Amino acid sequence: MERPPLIAKQMTFGEQSLSAIFAALAIATAYVATKAYTPAYAFHSALFSLGSIGAVAAIFLRYRARPAEFPPLMIDGRPNYNYGPVKFTALASLFWGIAGFLVGLYLALELAFPVLNFDLPWINFGRLRPLHTSAVIFAFGGNVLLATSFYIMQRTSRARIAGDLAPWVVVLGYNFFILIAGTGYLLGVTRGHEYAEPEWYAILWLVIIWVTYLLVYLFTLARRAEPHIYVANWFFLAFIVTVAVLVLGNNVEIPVSIYSPQSVIVWAGVQDAMIQWWYAHNAVGFFLTAGFLGIMYYFIPKRTGRPIYSYRLSIVHFWSLIFLYIWAGPHHLHYTALPDWAQTLGMVFSVVLWMPSWGGMINGLMTLSGAWDKLRTDPVLRMLVVSVAFYGMSTFEGPLLSVKAVNSLSHYTDWGIGHVHSGSLGWVAFVSFGALYCLIPWVYNRQLYSLKLVNWHFWISTIGIVFYISAMWVAGIMQGLMWRAYTPQGFLEYSFVETTEALHPEYIIRAIGGGLFLIGALIMVYNIWRTLASPAIEPAQDLAASPMPAE
Amino acid sequence: MSEDTFDKAHAAPGQAGPGKVKIDRVSGTPTTGHEWDGIEELNTPLPRWWVWTFWITAIWGLAYMVAYPAWPTLSGGTQGLFAWSSRTQIADEVADLQKTRGPVLDKIKDAPLDKIESDPELLAAARMVGKVAFATNCASCHGAGGQGAKGYANLNDDDWIWGGKLADVKQTIEHGVRWEADKATHATAMPAFGRDGLLTPEQISLIADHVRTYAETPDSDAPTPAGEKLYADNCASCHGVDGKGNAEMGAPALFDRVWLYGSDKPAIVARIVNGGGAVMPSWKDKLDDTTIKALTVYVHSLGGGQ
Repeated sequence: MERPPLIAKQMTFGEQSLSAIFAALAIATAYVATKAYTPAYAFHSALFSLGSIGAVAAIFLRYRARPAEFPPLMIDGRPNYNYGPVKFTALASLFWGIAGFLVGLYLALELAFPVLNFDLPWINFGRLRPLHTSAVIFAFGGNVLLATSFYIMQRTSRARIAGDLAPWVVVLGYNFFILIAGTGYLLGVTRGHEYAEPEWYAILWLVIIWVTYLLVYLFTLARRAEPHIYVANWFFLAFIVTVAVLVLGNNVEIPVSIYSPQSVIVWAGVQDAMIQWWYAHNAVGFFLTAGFLGIMYYFIPKRTGRPIYSYRLSIVHFWSLIFLYIWAGPHHLHYTALPDWAQTLGMVFSVVLWMPSWGGMINGLMTLSGAWDKLRTDPVLRMLVVSVAFYGMSTFEGPLLSVKAVNSLSHYTDWGIGHVHSGSLGWVAFVSFGALYCLIPWVYNRQLYSLKLVNWHFWISTIGIVFYISAMWVAGIMQGLMWRAYTPQGFLEYSFVETTEALHPEYIIRAIGGGLFLIGALIMVYNIWRTLASPAIEPAQDLAASPMPAE
Repeated sequence: MSEDTFDKAHAAPGQAGPGKVKIDRVSGTPTTGHEWDGIEELNTPLPRWWVWTFWITAIWGLAYMVAYPAWPTLSGGTQGLFAWSSRTQIADEVADLQKTRGPVLDKIKDAPLDKIESDPELLAAARMVGKVAFATNCASCHGAGGQGAKGYANLNDDDWIWGGKLADVKQTIEHGVRWEADKATHATAMPAFGRDGLLTPEQISLIADHVRTYAETPDSDAPTPAGEKLYADNCASCHGVDGKGNAEMGAPALFDRVWLYGSDKPAIVARIVNGGGAVMPSWKDKLDDTTIKALTVYVHSLGGGQ
């Protein structure tokens, strides 16, 4: 130690109270574990207990290791950014991404070859499917959002992230939620609501984490050194606030008992369906769209070194997007027990949503004007730009599918699966990959190991996506047409089993597409691993901070 | 508001520190003067085509909401100009379909089962209707061609568990097998000889061997007196001394090569130990009488009708 501490080292209020809370939680959940109604719930209670003990230990070890003083907010007039939570979530996102893609591939193979279910309950399609969706959306996507939002809010506020333990509570707590949710699916713990499967205790935990996330975000913005709040942060805030509202609305439920993993939702019948799709559609709108637009708004101008194309467009499309998106959910319930008026509103709002969605695409693509040549030399930028193109395609396809006449053909078919994957593989995953290829070298002060491998990743995964979505378009439209085909005498032309037989080739092509996508992601992991294994370079901070001059 | 005031309001000169309004070299567009971590923003106006398309979709949306049910009221919702509703649409479509189907259905509606089967024209009509109904409702258990599967009867052969005459087949389709919700269902079931302790494992093993001998399964030994006696005491009352079964009780014929659950010894032992029997739903509330008649004729004509 170069100099003696100026103040005596002592535990902060946060450290004391948090370790007390976790200690109490460890005891309470250990008690619940002994009384649990089901083995799965006992397992989860025990995990909570062990996790809490781990948290107390971590707080104490960190306290012993840390200096008496807190890290300064500024060093030599420059913000002292806290990249620890960013690094953790960036690497976690790679782990969960590979896990989620792998499960997705296995599910695609199960659909093509049902024998792969092996009659084992833990890996049957019904249990693995939510594991896949949650792993890619909430685990992979969620960690990418945490990593990028914690990075972007610090950089664009020129302020160190607020809170000492709070950012770590958010990132570790969120990943603990993923662990509880995912193991729950395999053990058969589910609410049976699509994209909202985790049971009450997991949701309770998530809400605490999420509110902490919001507070960290708001307090960091409050200490910003910039006069204005950058557009990426508007999108991140909209994402955080709306996801909180959605999760609360779709989880108004009463636990059967504190010792039971099960709960009963208060919404009944069609109200339950309506709330569920209000939630699920806006999980797409605010988690997978608004949040990732925040990523796009930082990394595309950063990587191209060009200014954002239109400030006005960013304002108008932001407000119109968030105002319109929230009403579009009923288009998932066309021709159901939902009243016709609600179906109409869902469809109309979805169609009017088309241009607000495209505002983001225009701003993303047009930001390249003056720098299009960079696409030739920079595969990372190419990934980011192609993601925006897929975003544009999916946000056109979405309104199209919401039109009742189209929906009567497409609904319940594989067209929906194709649509979702052009959005999630093409837009969400590609913009995430592009951002991570920038972010990880920046926060670790490394040179990216190989742009050539990025190029391979880009092409292999792009071909995979094309295989995937074109197979699903063909499958979906064929399926829809076969379902509604009648003989001249007015009898159904095909039985259901004939339609599933007809889908077999497309299912195999889909699995090949998914396999290619996974291979691309594995190349990325190798590339990142080699990047981290390489020696550190001079802080890239300034390099990244100054926009590259336009040609 | 003119472009000018917009720019002034948002350029906020002096506030943005070093990033005062600049002119972008590439596009010639001014920036807003803000800068975050090196990122600047151009003050490009909204693209015209974007604004127009947005307006067009919004106006179309308003028109659509006038034309169709769209707004909730205290007692339901607005009806729209065309008084369209999804319920009347489906009712109309079903009525149209019934009209198209009418000529075929009318033929078989009032004809007795045996007349349908003997009249080539009626038979063709019934088979057409029955084939679709079978594919939609029956194929998931009995197979697309009625070939059955383990635990699900093959309908192509002449081995009928609950009787293979037209009236028997119809009865089974209408009321199902061991379907508790239907009082007229085929209710009898085999006792669980092993589980309920009616027979010892050795006795069950002997009976299984005995049954297999008569079924002439390739690896079976010669019949034994002990097996013979056990069969006669415990099984013959339902399955018959001659092993021909009894359709009244749903006791399958045993001394043949048709096996519902498999012909290997463990499979037969499992049946004797656990008893019970397969379950089939009753269809009388799900399918109308004409469809059930058509299905009956279709199944009867698959190959094994008696």
